[in-house]
Amino acid sequence: MMDAHTLPIIFVALTGLAVVVYAILDGYDLGVGILLPMDDREEADRDTMIASIGPFWDANETWLVLAIGLLLIAFPAAHSVVLTHLYLPVAIMLIGLIMRGVAFDFRAKAAIDHKLAWDRCFKMGSLLTTFSQGFMLGMYVMGFQYDWPSVLFATLSAFGVTAAYSYIGGAWLIMKTEGELQKQAVRWTRNSGRATFIGVVAVSLVNPMVNPGVFNRWFEFPLVMFVLLIPALCFFAFIFNDVLLARLPKQNDRHCWLPFLMVIAIFILCFSALGFSFFPEIVPGQMTIWQAASAPESLRFILWGAIVVIPVILMYTAFSYKIFHGKATELHYH
Amino acid sequence: MLDTLILSRVQFAANISFHILFPTITIALCWIVFFFKLRYDQTQNPVWMRAYRFWIKILALTFALGVVSGITMSFQFGTNWPGFMETVGNIAGPLLGYEVLTAFFLEATFLGIMLFGINRVPSKVHTFSALMVAIGTTLSAFWILALNSWMHTPAGYEMIDGVAHVTSWWEVIFNPSFPYRLAHMLIASGLTAAFFVAGISAYRIRLGDPKKAPRLALKTGLIVAAILAPLQAFVGDLHGLNTLEHQPEKIAAVEGIWHTEKGAPLLLFAVPDGEAKTNHFAVGIPKGASLILTHELDGELQGLNEFEGQHPPVAPAFFGFRIMVGIGFLMWLVAWVASYQLRNGREASPLLLRVVSFMTFSGWISTLAGWYVTEIGRQPWLVTGVLKTADAVTPVPPSHVGLSLTLYLLVYAFLLWAYIHTLRLMARKSVTVEEFETATRSLDGSLSHELELTSETSTTDINHTPKGANS
Repeated sequence: MMDAHTLPIIFVALTGLAVVVYAILDGYDLGVGILLPMDDREEADRDTMIASIGPFWDANETWLVLAIGLLLIAFPAAHSVVLTHLYLPVAIMLIGLIMRGVAFDFRAKAAIDHKLAWDRCFKMGSLLTTFSQGFMLGMYVMGFQYDWPSVLFATLSAFGVTAAYSYIGGAWLIMKTEGELQKQAVRWTRNSGRATFIGVVAVSLVNPMVNPGVFNRWFEFPLVMFVLLIPALCFFAFIFNDVLLARLPKQNDRHCWLPFLMVIAIFILCFSALGFSFFPEIVPGQMTIWQAASAPESLRFILWGAIVVIPVILMYTAFSYKIFHGKATELHYH
Repeated sequence: MLDTLILSRVQFAANISFHILFPTITIALCWIVFFFKLRYDQTQNPVWMRAYRFWIKILALTFALGVVSGITMSFQFGTNWPGFMETVGNIAGPLLGYEVLTAFFLEATFLGIMLFGINRVPSKVHTFSALMVAIGTTLSAFWILALNSWMHTPAGYEMIDGVAHVTSWWEVIFNPSFPYRLAHMLIASGLTAAFFVAGISAYRIRLGDPKKAPRLALKTGLIVAAILAPLQAFVGDLHGLNTLEHQPEKIAAVEGIWHTEKGAPLLLFAVPDGEAKTNHFAVGIPKGASLILTHELDGELQGLNEFEGQHPPVAPAFFGFRIMVGIGFLMWLVAWVASYQLRNGREASPLLLRVVSFMTFSGWISTLAGWYVTEIGRQPWLVTGVLKTADAVTPVPPSHVGLSLTLYLLVYAFLLWAYIHTLRLMARKSVTVEEFETATRSLDGSLSHELELTSETSTTDINHTPKGANS
């Protein structure tokens, strides 16, 4: 079963998993950064919001390194094509990641009068990162054509991802905060949820229109009966969450965790749809996973490691989330 | 006009030079901090806890800078050096993959517990987290140095259609230069962190800090340096001999040997001239290089003339090596003098404090110089004998690389300034803030630390980081 045909399938699944986990985990902490209120009086809110992601952000970003690492390990040819085509957006994303990553630490240690500047840096860095990721996603879907329709679509996708990360970030805050800030988080989540919905609908319409292969795949009978479950479930999740958010916060903070779970479900559904659209192509329209795959002996070597190590990673990640379970108000940065 | 190759090389050099500054500190600082925590667990002496709490803040900051610049590195392989992955991806990919899987997640997750979990986990779990972070950083060094060493001395592979395929993973990982390079780098990190800890502690004492914690940290740093400095000279020598065996052209460049000769002198200073293929103003110890490298006075050393067109530029390797070794010996001297001066709990003299605080970042310069020697010394190869640097470069236009390079340089220059500035600020704050720290055990056995400040902090405002939460 570990042959040259199966291994790339296993690895594209692993890479996809890493991308989804990254989008969920770093999505919420980037979202918190985007939502950061910049008013002078809201410093305490900023402290709480940043404290809520403090113990996690570093490990969250590691999923990006894993995703890009898996792409590189398993599909070196695709890795080169994707990254050279996305040269500038990648550079901008990296600058954004650098800015927000260091702002976390500098804000807690800098002189008081510089704290606001680092908070701005954190927010700007989060926005820049998110926006360039959305842009890259759009470019990927469009097959890296640098013409006006593609750039326009990629820009739309950038706004969509920004909304989506704010959505999951807001839902995270509902779970991790209380009082006025929690009420504010409910409003943020509801608004960004609606924006995300528009973005997802737009991308879902444009994608099959510009990629005939994608259209045929989705509307091929009888598969269509089954796969249309994905958008249907997604639609249901959006509506359910919107209704739920209108009733939050409830007494004794019941269901404060539910919006976050719903957004996770939406993320997973959206990525499954994207994966379904393009599989087995790793670079849309250019390269399949088998054309891009590296040697089986290299894939086997890393696969055994991954089978052993990934469960351990998941275990201690769960352990860390258990330790920091509950409201974020009592965490402070050291 | 600058081309994509030159710009990409400068960009990679800038990125990796900036990046290595931070892991060089954290690899060993994690162990030093773990030591502080362990000592506290054993003795329950709050001084160790104060030292611990001050240094984990610096560790956190340094770590963050290492993480973000490291992420940048991981993308550069694809954006700027696609030929690298296309040719040796079968080897580089899994090694980098193991680094992410076994090291990055471990250190990132447990660092979160270490920094934020002090009130949430039992003391033993906290100590365990510190240990996991230290193991994680060391494992990270293990994998990345395995890959780097393989690029210098490739083994355990065969070339099929221009792509490297693995024949033995054991030989790939434990390639000929790996054990030496790993030991050399780990000790370099130890020395860098030791002088870093000692230097900042000396700075605090010079500012008039009367507390015991900086004195303890000063002594810890200097004793670690006193042990590691001679060890490094020994390991460095072995590493040099290993390089002579596998990359003689690098040694020829390092020693400035233009023509094969017997009884080559050890040049202390010279100005290598690549045009005339000779050295000017040479001052050397006769037969020194032959003695060190072949252990014979008249041993023959290959000169650069035997590697025409295939050898690295001489000046960077030549000067880099002398800077590295010069600082190394200076560290040795200072660490031994200091250890003698601090014996039996004596205080450091003002002169010593001044020297040690001046040398806070000496490890950075030495480590960078060493890496320049070995990496520039590998040129024109990216992977010795397999792939040339020029053949791996990206097809991206120079204007794009120029733009990204400019952005990185601006950001890095600013961050370096902010980092050093913040370290000074943290040291200053820790001196002036009058602090009352009590370590108490609560009923559930977890360790809780309450920082009570004389001003500003009210008991309800616990999520607000107190201005002077240092020791």
